Amino acid sequence: MTDITPSAPKGRIGKIIDSDVFYSYRTSPVAIIASIIATILVLGALFAPWIAPYDPFNPRTLNLMNGFTPPMSESFTGNFFLFGSDHQGRDVFSAILYGSRVSLMVGLSAIMFAMVLGVSLGLIAGYRGGLTDTVIMRIADVQLSFPSILIALLIFGVARGIIPPSQQESMAIFVLIFAIGLSDWAQFARTVRGTTMVEKQKDYVSAARILGVKPIFILIRHILPNVVGPVLVIATIGLALAIIAEATLSFLGVGVPPTQPSLGTLIRIGQQFLFSGEWWILFYPAVTLILLALSVNLLGDWLRDALNPRLR
Amino acid sequence: MLAFILTRLGQSVLVMLAVSLISFIMFRYVGDPVASLVSQEASIADQEQLRERLGLNDPFYEQFFRFVWNAIQGNFGISYRLQTPVAELIMSRLPATIELAMTSALIALVFGIVLGVFTALNRKNPFAAGIMAFSLIGVSLPTFLIGIGLIYVFAVELQWLPSFGRGAVVDLGWWRTGFLTETGLRSIILPAITLSLFQLTLIMRLVRAEMLEVLRQDYIKFARARGLSKRAINFSHALKNTLVPVITIAGLQLGSIITGALITETVFQWPGIGSLFLSSVAVVDVPVMAAYLIFVGFVFVIINLIVDILYYVVDPRLRIGGTAKGH
Repeated sequence: MTDITPSAPKGRIGKIIDSDVFYSYRTSPVAIIASIIATILVLGALFAPWIAPYDPFNPRTLNLMNGFTPPMSESFTGNFFLFGSDHQGRDVFSAILYGSRVSLMVGLSAIMFAMVLGVSLGLIAGYRGGLTDTVIMRIADVQLSFPSILIALLIFGVARGIIPPSQQESMAIFVLIFAIGLSDWAQFARTVRGTTMVEKQKDYVSAARILGVKPIFILIRHILPNVVGPVLVIATIGLALAIIAEATLSFLGVGVPPTQPSLGTLIRIGQQFLFSGEWWILFYPAVTLILLALSVNLLGDWLRDALNPRLR
Repeated sequence: MLAFILTRLGQSVLVMLAVSLISFIMFRYVGDPVASLVSQEASIADQEQLRERLGLNDPFYEQFFRFVWNAIQGNFGISYRLQTPVAELIMSRLPATIELAMTSALIALVFGIVLGVFTALNRKNPFAAGIMAFSLIGVSLPTFLIGIGLIYVFAVELQWLPSFGRGAVVDLGWWRTGFLTETGLRSIILPAITLSLFQLTLIMRLVRAEMLEVLRQDYIKFARARGLSKRAINFSHALKNTLVPVITIAGLQLGSIITGALITETVFQWPGIGSLFLSSVAVVDVPVMAAYLIFVGFVFVIINLIVDILYYVVDPRLRIGGTAKGH
């Protein structure tokens, strides 16, 4: 006879360590490396004001004598620059820390916006069905076949025409978040709608409805938990895409204002010095952007495999 | 088949009307068309008069139909920034974009299919594995960084190829081509590679996956049993059947070609309509933005139509059913 000893009740951390998702994380070297890189970059961005050796956007601390210092060397004035300095004597390393802060902030806000919009519309379309469903999903189809950068550019151009010039500088980041978010919601809506249509047929939803629970509570309390997994996957991969979209728009010169440069803006600035041999002004921001986008993307891929029950 | 094409044509017209409506709303309500036309000293009465003369006080649908009618005749108004007709501007920039897009589509298709077949047939070959690993980079790197990287290697370090512009062009009267001069040909290499890389890797991975799938099928085994040559099996039996999904994806990826062209043109200062649109966004030159939107919508509709018709040509199974149910 087998001896059944009830296992000791685990704490919250014990449960996480014991879970399938954590097991798949432990056994995937790609996920571990990607998450370490992403964590370092996020922490660097988060604590930029404390880590950065210089304040790159305070004109008073900039010294033109420091201009074009190569990486790992000292300038004329004796300041040390890990990643070199740009034409204005700005420390590239500090600029990258602050730049990834802007990139991450815009990317995260945009994807949050897209997520809230897409999930709500998906829930409504799936639950209500009928005409509401047709209209929402038709818009999503059109949205998906249209390039998102182009949509973002159009929104940006329209916003410029509507917002008075005096406020454009301060509104630019919000316009950017709105533009990127609005071009990314359709993926969420599609997935959530599919799951909602399946779940609403099930008995527990009927039971809740008979009990007189309001539709909004059924959607949030009963149906929403079923879509958390896929939504998390789309959001992670979407975050990588949003970061790249932001970088692309800033590179094209229609993104964040130059007083608050993101990684894309830094690459745009660095490109001007490519021909004169100051490669580091471009190189380090570019590498940071690639590492950031790639590590988030790989984490999203891993999460998709880990949460997909069919692959287990 | 005719009925199918007619239905699709009807849908295309509807889509174009929707796109025109969006462009019209933008054209009409973003910024004030009158304010951009008159000088600052113009009196309010003068402005009202101009408003009346331009028909801006007419009902919405009347203005919209006038806008569509003008667009059909190729009249998109006058650029606020350059004070020249938008249609003229677009026509002068169009050849550059078309030449770039065509060249890169050719590169993507030829290399994509060849490398896809190669990696599928030689799965154990280390060179093929290297190509597969490299293709991951092509999918995940943003286009503008690929362009900058190519400029750095081939224009700055090696100094083999020019890094910007179109080189010398030959004027054929209605078309200014860069294909006939040496500098023109050298100038198109880097932008075309930049634009094609994403498509190339996508097509390659797709052809590889489809080839592996098809090569497992019974009719391939049967062809082998009949003693057909390897070349005949691989190319006329297997490759042909991988082309349907390739056409679908290549068609669906048109959007990424359009944005890719926009970014590539900016990186390489290529004088096409993408860079024209971008500089219009920066200064809110609404007529150019509206015309570009209509142009992109038009290209979309046309390519989708061609893709749908190509299904019929490539896949005989669709023809038997008569009116197919779409995809």
